[in-house]
Amino acid sequence: MVSVLTRIFGVHNLALAEDVVQDAFCRALETWSFRGVPENPAAWLMATAKNRALDVLRRQRTAMTFAPEFGRLLDSEWTIIPTVEEVFEPKAIKDDQLRMMFSCCHPRLKEEAQVALILHILCGFSVSEIAEAFVSPHSTIEKRITRSKQVLATSKKLIDVASAVETSQRLPAVHRALYLLFNEGYHGSSPTATIREELCREAMRLTSILLTHPQGTVPATYALAALMSLDAARMPGRVDASGQLQTLFEQDRSKWDQQLVREGMSLLELSAEGSTLSEYHIEAAIASMHIRADRAEETDWKTIVSLYDKLLVIRRSPIVALNRAIAVAQHEGPERGLEEMANIGNKDRLIAYPFYFAALGEFELRVGRQAVARDPR
Amino acid sequence: MSEFTFLFRGRETSPSAEQMQKTMEKWVVWFKQLDSAGCLKEPGHPLEHTGKVVKGKERVVVDGPYAEAKDVVGGYILVEASDLNHATELAKGCPIFEVGGSVEVRPVHRV
Repeated sequence: MVSVLTRIFGVHNLALAEDVVQDAFCRALETWSFRGVPENPAAWLMATAKNRALDVLRRQRTAMTFAPEFGRLLDSEWTIIPTVEEVFEPKAIKDDQLRMMFSCCHPRLKEEAQVALILHILCGFSVSEIAEAFVSPHSTIEKRITRSKQVLATSKKLIDVASAVETSQRLPAVHRALYLLFNEGYHGSSPTATIREELCREAMRLTSILLTHPQGTVPATYALAALMSLDAARMPGRVDASGQLQTLFEQDRSKWDQQLVREGMSLLELSAEGSTLSEYHIEAAIASMHIRADRAEETDWKTIVSLYDKLLVIRRSPIVALNRAIAVAQHEGPERGLEEMANIGNKDRLIAYPFYFAALGEFELRVGRQAVARDPR
Repeated sequence: MSEFTFLFRGRETSPSAEQMQKTMEKWVVWFKQLDSAGCLKEPGHPLEHTGKVVKGKERVVVDGPYAEAKDVVGGYILVEASDLNHATELAKGCPIFEVGGSVEVRPVHRV
């Protein structure tokens, strides 16, 4: 809703758009507690926001300038209603979300700020929910969002998604933000499983919107969507009945979501067009290797290791190197895994990463050094 | 460039919701054309069809205007055009003719 209203009010009036949405929610609470929740609450909220927007436009049109894109269509009763109606069309709403997605990935904003902004504006997460998702103090997230909004408000207008130049320039940043959003949900640090699932769902929803746009329909987006589907498919098997995380080897593979597997596989096929090989292609391919194995022992670790080799060329990160080492250990034995782990550059960055010590301990145990395994430090 | 007022008279008397929406869309298109040609001076407003009329030295107030539907002024805009002919040409694009209305093109008199 904020994306829609920002389109009408102009990006410089982001705060006003948020106020109107807030107001619509307050009215909903008031009305619904008296008369009960309407049949279609989402439509009710949209209609309320639309009427509030009209009020604001009418009252403030002499004092404020709104989105320049509409020229003076909002100034006159001749044209105000059809113009606002058009913006609230379902098709237009989807475009608004795209516009906002691209606008949030502002080059002056750090990646974590872009993700927070997307969660706040596009997914309607509150500051405290975002703080919970990132396990960060409320005040940190609040500052981050406030500053990001200021940056966004200084941009004269929202990104024009019809412009191929503007969108293709920002597309990598959008991919990255969606990827981080998904990862935060999938591997994230929040102890609340429901929040993490929601992050994944939102990332997948926004990615599917991106796939409806001509500029967004590129192999890398398909690869990203494939990666998300294939990873999400394995989510139901990741925890056992008591809520404990299960390793890939212990998981009950029959719990994997076959619908998502099918979607992910066909997305992966669609991503194979053209000559670009993005990091998302490789990660999706790795995910598909796990999916293809009916039992953990049947996993094609050799291919996975070579995929990680390719990934390391594109993204040199100690976490990728660690994952590669784990694959090497599966393929060539724990001794080789330990060797590979010892060779990881920038290892100090892994100290805070719990899976590092988990893997280290596991391999030491498997080569028979129980004492080291107990305290690998 | 000179200023002209377009007075719109006449309207569809009992349009369906769908007709209304179509009509409104046409008006938006026409406004956009005028605006992008730099001819829309003031986008004005449509007017309700009832009101009061105040008349004479006694300031008699009557409900009104009770003219024929086709004669009631339904709205106005201010247009900028090079001359009366240009303004008249612009007026021809107005969607009001489709519902049997008329546009009165009046140069703004500079006193």
